[in-house]
Amino acid sequence: MIRFLAGRVAFAALILLVLSTFVFFLFFVAPGDPARMVAGDKATEAQLIQIRANLGLDRPIHEQYINFIGKAVRGDLGFSYRNQQPVISLIANRLPATLSLVAGGVILWLAVGIPIGIMSARHPGGFRDRLGQGFILIGLSFPTFVLGMMSLYVFYFLPRQAGFTLFPAGGFKAFWPNPAIWAWHMALPWATLALTTAAVYARLTRGQMLEVMGEDYIRTARAKGLSETKVVFKHGLRATLTPLVTQLGADIALLLGGAIVIEQVYGLQGVGALAVQAVNNQDRPIIIGVVLLGGFFIVLSNIIVDILYVLLDPRVR
Amino acid sequence: MLEARHLSVSIPTEDGTIHAVQDVSFSVEAGGLFGIAGESGSGKSVMMQAILGLLPFADVTGEVIFEGRNLLTLPPRQLQKLRGARIGMIFQDPLSSLHPYYSIGAQITEAIHAHEKVSPQAARARAVDMLTKVGIGNAAERFDSFPHQYSGGMRQRVMIAMALVLNPPLIIADEPTTALDVTVQAQIVALLDQMRKELGTTVVMITHDLGLLSNVADQVMVMYAGNRMEFGSSAAVFHAPSHPYTAGLLASSPSNYAAGEELVAIPGRPPSLLHMPAGCAFAVRCAYAMPKCATQRPPLRRFSDGVESLCWLEAPVEPIHAERAAVSGRNADATAPVVLKVDNVELSFATGGFFSKAGKYEVLKGIDIELRRGETLGLVGESGCGKSTLARVIAGLIPATSGSVLLDGKDMATLDHAGWKEMRKRVQLVFQDPFGSLNPRRRVGAIIGDPFRLHQVASGADRKWRVQDLMETVGLNPEHYNRFPSEFSGGQRQRIGIARALALNPALIIFDEPVSALDVSIQAQVLNLMRSLQQELGLTYLFISHDLAVVRQVCDRIAVMNKGKIVELAEAEAIYTDPQNDYTRTLLAASVVPPPQKGRGTRQLVETIWGAPA
Amino acid sequence: MSTSATTPPTVVQRSSLDLTLRRLIRDRASLVAFIFIVLLVAFAAAAPLVEAWIGHSPIEQFRQTGLSPTGLPVAPNAEFRLGTDQLGRDVLVRLAYGARVSLLVGVVASLLAAFIGITVGMLAGFLGGWVDAVLSRAMDLIMSVPFLLCALALVSVFGPSLSLSIGVIVFFSWTTMGRVIRGQVKSLREREFVQASRSLGAGSLSIMIVDILPNLSVPIIVYTTMMIPGSIVFEATLSFLGLGIVPPAPSWGGMLADAGANSIYLVAWWLVLFPGLALLFTTLSFNILGDGLRDALDPKARPIRVKPKGAKP
Repeated sequence: MIRFLAGRVAFAALILLVLSTFVFFLFFVAPGDPARMVAGDKATEAQLIQIRANLGLDRPIHEQYINFIGKAVRGDLGFSYRNQQPVISLIANRLPATLSLVAGGVILWLAVGIPIGIMSARHPGGFRDRLGQGFILIGLSFPTFVLGMMSLYVFYFLPRQAGFTLFPAGGFKAFWPNPAIWAWHMALPWATLALTTAAVYARLTRGQMLEVMGEDYIRTARAKGLSETKVVFKHGLRATLTPLVTQLGADIALLLGGAIVIEQVYGLQGVGALAVQAVNNQDRPIIIGVVLLGGFFIVLSNIIVDILYVLLDPRVR
Repeated sequence: MLEARHLSVSIPTEDGTIHAVQDVSFSVEAGGLFGIAGESGSGKSVMMQAILGLLPFADVTGEVIFEGRNLLTLPPRQLQKLRGARIGMIFQDPLSSLHPYYSIGAQITEAIHAHEKVSPQAARARAVDMLTKVGIGNAAERFDSFPHQYSGGMRQRVMIAMALVLNPPLIIADEPTTALDVTVQAQIVALLDQMRKELGTTVVMITHDLGLLSNVADQVMVMYAGNRMEFGSSAAVFHAPSHPYTAGLLASSPSNYAAGEELVAIPGRPPSLLHMPAGCAFAVRCAYAMPKCATQRPPLRRFSDGVESLCWLEAPVEPIHAERAAVSGRNADATAPVVLKVDNVELSFATGGFFSKAGKYEVLKGIDIELRRGETLGLVGESGCGKSTLARVIAGLIPATSGSVLLDGKDMATLDHAGWKEMRKRVQLVFQDPFGSLNPRRRVGAIIGDPFRLHQVASGADRKWRVQDLMETVGLNPEHYNRFPSEFSGGQRQRIGIARALALNPALIIFDEPVSALDVSIQAQVLNLMRSLQQELGLTYLFISHDLAVVRQVCDRIAVMNKGKIVELAEAEAIYTDPQNDYTRTLLAASVVPPPQKGRGTRQLVETIWGAPA
Repeated sequence: MSTSATTPPTVVQRSSLDLTLRRLIRDRASLVAFIFIVLLVAFAAAAPLVEAWIGHSPIEQFRQTGLSPTGLPVAPNAEFRLGTDQLGRDVLVRLAYGARVSLLVGVVASLLAAFIGITVGMLAGFLGGWVDAVLSRAMDLIMSVPFLLCALALVSVFGPSLSLSIGVIVFFSWTTMGRVIRGQVKSLREREFVQASRSLGAGSLSIMIVDILPNLSVPIIVYTTMMIPGSIVFEATLSFLGLGIVPPAPSWGGMLADAGANSIYLVAWWLVLFPGLALLFTTLSFNILGDGLRDALDPKARPIRVKPKGAKP
């Protein structure tokens, strides 16, 4: 167990190392002079040299890299080229919006996707199955930003034209002091995120459940005289949902690194929106920071999922 | 105890309706062991599962009376209360039948809680008690173990404990020993027998193993393609079968023969359950078939000793033994050249590492074998004894750790690439699983022609001609050259595998459990084919099997393997009549064979029921 | 003694292609999806014809007729059948040219990704050992990368272009195919027919191509089909974020991005509705077709009503 965990942590470290190397060298070979981005167009040559020295850009690349890694390990990701603020605190400011989006989205998509998957799998070929499959196909096919724009049109703009505000146009309001306002602002983003992702979960649940319900141990459970509810929701669901943990971990981690599209559509000032702004501004330290943060969430979730698996599946122990 | 009348089960599928069970009636007497015998596809399992409502999509008609109520019209909730509490079930594969995520104990107590209001402590105590009864030591400690931590036999004991824990008056055991090794099989059957005597439980046992049934069953029902062919007391049915099918089945069983005799096989294969013949389901394969058999459903004949048969024949069939042709004896010749010499072969894998102590896992521990041309050597042992691994070592697919394998006097280990490729022509393998050993996406012609392609022996029209010749040799229709394996039955697929092995005229053919996946009637066809090919072509066989009866029937000499060692090697008959090794004796004692047929005695036809249920 | 000669075969012989087509045609949703895709391909191929017929170039800005006096886009009318965008360009013509981009990227990226995935998956699954360890870890690694963020970073460095879009999509999507193929090959490799071939003296390459590849046709067809909508959405998303196709060349994602800029679509619904629906129906069609193909090619994968183990059809 300890050995297993050590292996996972080592692989996580390797992923982060590869990722950081990739982004660092990507920007090193990229065209453009960082010093000029920091100083602006009117800077003199002397100022540029000074800035390069401050940023360490005049030193050889491997020194810069080691310096960068050394600082990154200590949580120092450098400063924004644009406004000279620490990248870490810029990202930290953006985390609440992303966290809010993901937290609500996860609950909603699980609450929608899993029941639809179960419903579909329990009546294979029947009307409810076709209904479920229809939901799955449409949900999988709807590009998030199209769904987002359409919902804004229908749930914000049309009511506004009719003279009342059903939902706000977007923007993030802090949870405190008024959670109701927070939730009201998050409602459309949550729904958009949840509907498209719920389809993935409904499909997984359906496929898994169909397989599980054909297993011999389900027949044993019925032969024991258990009620159908118990057969489905205890014996069936346990084996159905355990493999879903992997997908859930990966999805949450990916979104925590920036739900880029949804943040963009709804004007949520989250990590993803920060990344898009940074790309448009060529603000490289921020891009590096966000990519590394995203990678960090993913490896963290991988480790958590592995541990969960050991707890959930006795065969892995 | 349980009485079924006019029971029919059909299952709608995409390809059409499967008529799994047709108009079957039977009654199970309290306290007895009622056996249902039949080959795969006979509908025996489907029937019992359908009765208990375990096949939600099946269409079940007729009536089944249990404790005064018709199970088929019972509301699902009532039926659910009966399952487990009044009728227990044991299934074939105990690993897949136990939930992998819940502990053994939890799965047993769950059954108790489903039917009785008891405290968790009381349920636990009962479960531990029952586990102890079925022979699980340290039951209290092993209560919280998971199924994957148990061995196959132990798991089946757990299944039995689960079925018995509520002390139901009736237990249905569906192929309870099929997935287990011979010695474990014997233990499980003994346990079931003991339990039923101790607790007074009635048992319905479904199995394809006639030997097993003949030893334990009080009454037997023989099914074929969803029909009840024969019914009667175990003694009467097995000693003097009245239905041609039962007789054929018993005649196909190799244990009823002396070594080297040709088996009397049932020709053909069972009908498709999608398109059932109008008359008797067995008519096309039946040696006694009359014209009306094909068109009219047979009547039910009842005989003086209580045996019932669904057949047009008025008198029971004669025992097939009488017509059996004696076949010439052995081909073994002590002066023939040595084809294979296996000398002190060992095989081990490194295990452990990091935290556990590094060690090695020995699969083969010093094997010596010598095989002469034209001879058949049997290799018998239970699963995990290393017999299949040895086959692969001899075939040169796995290099031995030490020792040498000499084929035609050449050492496998020292071959260069060209020599290795040449050697591939000399030794051929026929595998166990006729479904797995043929590539499902390739045509039969291409599969059989593979040896020619790989060794650039023949191509084009020549290859096609040779392949069709081979198909003819093994009894396949050469016109089926362009078909896919899925269009053939299990026995035919095994013929395809044999044809492929024959292609390059090899010095040695290794059969790895060639018939264990086949039904008895088909098994006899394949064994006969193997024998006739050997006689015609002078082939040398290494025959690997777990089934002593089969091995004895086809082999000149037998090597008994246990835990990576050959514990005994002797002439086939000597192993039977005078086993030297303890393990051999255990193995022999564990294998049960149907009794020899005696003839019909004084049996008289007493009643014929026309257009009758059976 | 001989079985095949005495009993008439009860199996009605049908080729697998025939069976597949039969099942596919019986499945009405797949048929509709397939027809939609054919029409879409025709629409994309005929984009220059559409342009010639209407007489509007996709990048021409009709400031007089295509914009209202207040400078807003014009709703669908006789001249602009699907309206104009914020620069007065014809939405219908742009939609036709955008279809070319979407289909091109979707199909090319999926085929490339499928090819890489099949190759890597087969090597990893068949060879096993350290090759498998390295390749599997590499796949894990790529799957552990926040792909949209990395795509952003790449585009910010190299600047947006069609080939970069395709490259990024391929790089981040081949792993799905790779994993599926690896898993399949790993289990196929243990099947007895592979051992049989090996015992006959077949080499690794021969086994991979002759024995294993034909058995992978179902997952390859199904997963390649299902990768197409993924790639199309990926491209549209990149364009939507301003990182895909370079304006003024039309692409569906770019059109939606234009519509989203300054929320102009709130007063010009056709800017979202037409490209949005085009995108939705395209992905939906490919997904339905993929599902239909899977069911038709591999009946095992469809919901089977508990079949008795003894019942052989």
